[in-house]
Amino acid sequence: MDRIPILKMGDLLLVTIQVDMHDQLALRLQDDLTEQIRAISARGVLIDISGLDIVDSFIGRMISTIAGLASIMDARTVLVGMQPAVAITLVELGLTLPGVETALDVDRGMRLLRTPRDTP
Amino acid sequence: MIVRESGTHDVTAEQHVVLARQLVRRLAVQCGLRLVDQTKVVTAASELARNTVIYGGGGAMDWAILDRDGRTGLRLLFRDEGPGIPNLDLAMTDGWTSGSGLGLGLTGARRLVDEFELDSAPGAGTRVSIIKWT
Repeated sequence: MDRIPILKMGDLLLVTIQVDMHDQLALRLQDDLTEQIRAISARGVLIDISGLDIVDSFIGRMISTIAGLASIMDARTVLVGMQPAVAITLVELGLTLPGVETALDVDRGMRLLRTPRDTP
Repeated sequence: MIVRESGTHDVTAEQHVVLARQLVRRLAVQCGLRLVDQTKVVTAASELARNTVIYGGGGAMDWAILDRDGRTGLRLLFRDEGPGIPNLDLAMTDGWTSGSGLGLGLTGARRLVDEFELDSAPGAGTRVSIIKWT
């Protein structure tokens, strides 16, 4: 079965989604990421969706779930590279991706993950 | 209204959702929809195709390219012979779901297209028709 590769960069994990994901692939990514966060004690997860030409409620929910799981495991999730047409569609669909930080591109996302978190 | 071209696509298994998305993208391009509208109709199709597989137990998507008053439209009809929807008003409420989803499928799809029709009754299957115009 297909897998989306997860790259390690120090204590960060980088995922670039470049295929039109079917639901099982999305679920597998969720499991793999959770395992990797634990395995390397990751502090951050960067998900690059510049290759996705749609995000529907299923993929949106997967991204939110990953962010939620990561947060419980003390890691931050930053979503980068969302195409403008995808962003417009997501808002109209009613999907707000709670708990997910976003950045325009991988560079900015990496910078965001390397800055210390705001302490309340 | 003139039907310029039409066809049917199986929506019986989960992998058909991806194939339906790809077909709808090609049709949307062929209709001359602009990128944002292509994205909206493909996303709506993805939601409805998934409903057809998960809740309807599989079915089909009938597609048609329409001409009306100089505009081109893409019509998609998702139909299944599944258990149907007992309460249509509830099904069209944001955030309500009978399954484990977010409850955005039907209501979200409606917001993304120009015309939306839902026809369902318990035991009589479900038919959802959407149109996106240029």
